[in-house]
Amino acid sequence: MTRFILPLIALGALAFLPGFVSEYGLGLLIGVVTYVTLASGWALFSGQTHYISLATAAFYGVGAYSVAVLNEALPYGLVLLCAGLIGAVMALIVGLSTLRLQGVYFVIFSFGLAELVRQLITWYEVNVTGTLGRYIFVDVTARGIYWQMLALGAATIALTAWMQRARIGMALRVIGDDEAVAAHSGINLARAKLVAFVLSAVILTLAGAITSPRYVYVEPAIVFNPTVSFLAVIMALLGGANRLWGPALGAVPLFLAFEWLSIHFPDTYPIFLGLLFIGVVFILPDGVLAGIDKLRARGKGKGTS
Amino acid sequence: MFLTTLILGLVLGGTYALLALGLTLQYGIARIMNLAYGEMTLIAAFVLVTLFQQLGLSPLVALLLIAPAGYVFGWLLYQGMMRPLVKRAGAGGRLEVDSILATFGLLFVIQGVLLLAFGANFTSISYLDQGISVFGVPVALNRLIALGICVLAGGALVLALAKTRWGLVMRAVALTPGSAPLVGIDVNRVARQGFALGTALASVAGASIAMYQTFSATAGVDYTMKALVIVIMGGVGNVGGALFAGLALGLLETFVATAIDPGLTLAATFAIFLIVLLWRPQGLFGAR
Repeated sequence: MTRFILPLIALGALAFLPGFVSEYGLGLLIGVVTYVTLASGWALFSGQTHYISLATAAFYGVGAYSVAVLNEALPYGLVLLCAGLIGAVMALIVGLSTLRLQGVYFVIFSFGLAELVRQLITWYEVNVTGTLGRYIFVDVTARGIYWQMLALGAATIALTAWMQRARIGMALRVIGDDEAVAAHSGINLARAKLVAFVLSAVILTLAGAITSPRYVYVEPAIVFNPTVSFLAVIMALLGGANRLWGPALGAVPLFLAFEWLSIHFPDTYPIFLGLLFIGVVFILPDGVLAGIDKLRARGKGKGTS
Repeated sequence: MFLTTLILGLVLGGTYALLALGLTLQYGIARIMNLAYGEMTLIAAFVLVTLFQQLGLSPLVALLLIAPAGYVFGWLLYQGMMRPLVKRAGAGGRLEVDSILATFGLLFVIQGVLLLAFGANFTSISYLDQGISVFGVPVALNRLIALGICVLAGGALVLALAKTRWGLVMRAVALTPGSAPLVGIDVNRVARQGFALGTALASVAGASIAMYQTFSATAGVDYTMKALVIVIMGGVGNVGGALFAGLALGLLETFVATAIDPGLTLAATFAIFLIVLLWRPQGLFGAR
């Protein structure tokens, strides 16, 4: 029971947090919750299957840009729905063309995807609509954004928890371990991967759509920022991409650290990011949680021998 | 008009072919999927521009320095960064994931350093840009030189791989890294050579890009993507295929840029990529 009660109490406490913090604090909270959502959403697919998606920024940007285009034409709820649908269609296109093949094709496709979408939108806006850059005027407060993002983040983690116990989660784990074994045990490889990838993409797209009112002014170069892809991956890896709470655990400290770095070292901070990333890959390839487990196991081993 | 596009496309294609050759060596022989490849190209491009602008060194002389420097850089990078990953991975598929992640981090490090050192502006030099008539089409001399470099470097590599004993060893490792040690091949040494040579080719391609194109510190993704797509189109490890696919992509891109819009060149790359993935994922010349 504690497995359900503790997270619910924490969620309730987090929902009341905006009442006790300053405007700046609320901004930080939104950032933290956004990256917890992005990292968890990324890990929903990539953590289990080891198919590294480098396209987080593409989906995030599509979400934000959809809101920028649609916010004057449709009510807010419908805008979010449309953004989610667009993300799902994009994921289907990418998934259907690459997920039948070896993982590396998927990685390559996702690697250039954000840049491709950015160039396409820029081209379309310059040549067809003639307006590069749009304003978002939606009637949502910062607190509203925080609560929506909190709900999305909680839903993501709940979905991951459910999936890990369901057939699809099992299938994804086997695929991640050995695809040949997975195929022989009767798993429909392409379908399992596609379902998880689309789910993950919808979450990432919605995250972009929900935060977009914070930007006020949106331009392809702003929302299709490769750093977003980068941060989602490193956060999930640091905590442990195949654990339920791993991505969240990685996202909180890293977001605060990056926020601090980007204020104090605006020029050199991409270099720090890159070095940190390489460090994580080398030292903690399975994440902090796995590292702790290993230490514990070693401690126990010493105790008995 | 058609002829102009054709010739300019071939020149661009020559550079792309060279880019792809380096990447196919790194991925085919060293088994490292290098996402920071475009950034390595950019380093060479910026070094060439700096040597030219600060020291007045002729780009052709600079090239003679840049190519070996690229080799050394690649050698050190493999030894310091990739080798531990290879060791850790053993025989499983772990290396691919690890190398993708590690070079993704490296991408940001190099890009950060380039931005810090050279800023985010577009850079170009004017070097030998007088026109020369080729079949009645005026082509800038620097483009012809760049094409010459690519033909020379690419041709030498293709010949060396096909005809020499060294090339045979390289191909053996590319084909079956597991069995190569049985015939006395030091796979680690060959992989290191392949990676370093790939980096050298990347720097030569970068230097020739700097001679006739504008570029910026954030364009690395574009180059990496193009090289990757060419490699897949030609078939991984297939040197001849990469040459052909590189020329084809250069042609297509030039046609798209002149006929539709220069802003859509990456879209053209992706379109080819999609077609190849759906139609022949093993590459145009690959066998299943």
